[in-house]
Amino acid sequence: MDHLILRVTSKLLFAPIILFALYVQFHGDYGPGGGFQAGVIFAVAFILHAFCFGLEETRKVLPQKALTIAMVIGFLLYSGTGLVTMLLGANFLDYDALVPNSTHHAGQHYGIIIVELGVGTAVAATMLTIFYHFTGREPDIDQEDW
Amino acid sequence: MTGYAPSLSPVFLIDLALLTMLMLVAIAMLRSRHLFAVVMLSGIYSLLSAAFFVSLDAVDVAFTEAAVGAGISTVLMLGGMLLTARREKPKRPGRAPVALAAVIVVGAALFYATIDMPAFGDASAPANADVGQQYVERTASEIPMPNIVTAVLASYRGFDTMGETMVIFTAGVAVMLLLGAGSARGGRDVSDVENKDEEA
Repeated sequence: MDHLILRVTSKLLFAPIILFALYVQFHGDYGPGGGFQAGVIFAVAFILHAFCFGLEETRKVLPQKALTIAMVIGFLLYSGTGLVTMLLGANFLDYDALVPNSTHHAGQHYGIIIVELGVGTAVAATMLTIFYHFTGREPDIDQEDW
Repeated sequence: MTGYAPSLSPVFLIDLALLTMLMLVAIAMLRSRHLFAVVMLSGIYSLLSAAFFVSLDAVDVAFTEAAVGAGISTVLMLGGMLLTARREKPKRPGRAPVALAAVIVVGAALFYATIDMPAFGDASAPANADVGQQYVERTASEIPMPNIVTAVLASYRGFDTMGETMVIFTAGVAVMLLLGAGSARGGRDVSDVENKDEEA
């Protein structure tokens, strides 16, 4: 782990990648993007971190336990939105029930944003979980082994 | 293909170039036995498909293909490759004629099927005429949201997307159950290879 240029570059890129992920997440209503893409981009930032600093360091930043919880929370955000609309007396995932009597369907906006946030959280956590489990299994390979 | 006369417009040339490159990359992937090269080529293949989706005006799909196909799949396949050998084993001869015949028959059937396909952008094609048209017409009044794709994905077909999220979640849980022993607690001494000589 003595690649100075890689480490400096990854440090520079880390925050913009996270920012871009958040932009894709919350701008999905207006342009291309949404929870799936944002979750993947979010995960990629941490994968870049793992490449340049080693998986052990990334595990300290974002432990597997937090990822497991985030996976569950992401899915529960989605299905929970459906349950809330049912409790409010509408169909499953009928977001209009969230803001009744709205003239411009505000409930749809809230519902879609919450649901996409759930998708993004679940996807990011799952991708990182799979990455952790695949790369955390074998010792680091030698340079000449390539 | 009926009623579609290819002209040498820039879009047509771009499509032709992208599809030709896709085919070349696919052939290169088939011929290479070096798994690292195959993984990298599959990333290039995804990136080329993403560019092709952009030329089809499907930017949301292109974005997903670029992020998932070219980005994270490549990384995960590299991670998977580290757990196995660097090179593919030489193929066993014998089954090749049967496989070739099957591929030719299926390929011919697919080519025959394209004759019945509606032309690209045909307004009366089933994809554009029925439910697609309803989405385009109704989104503005029912879900006032500029991106129709998001409206369809998260609201009209919210139940499907919940299923997709469930699939991703299940994949994560499955990987944790299959590969989780030792590695989740930081252990790195788990090995899949029982006798090391076989790997070399």
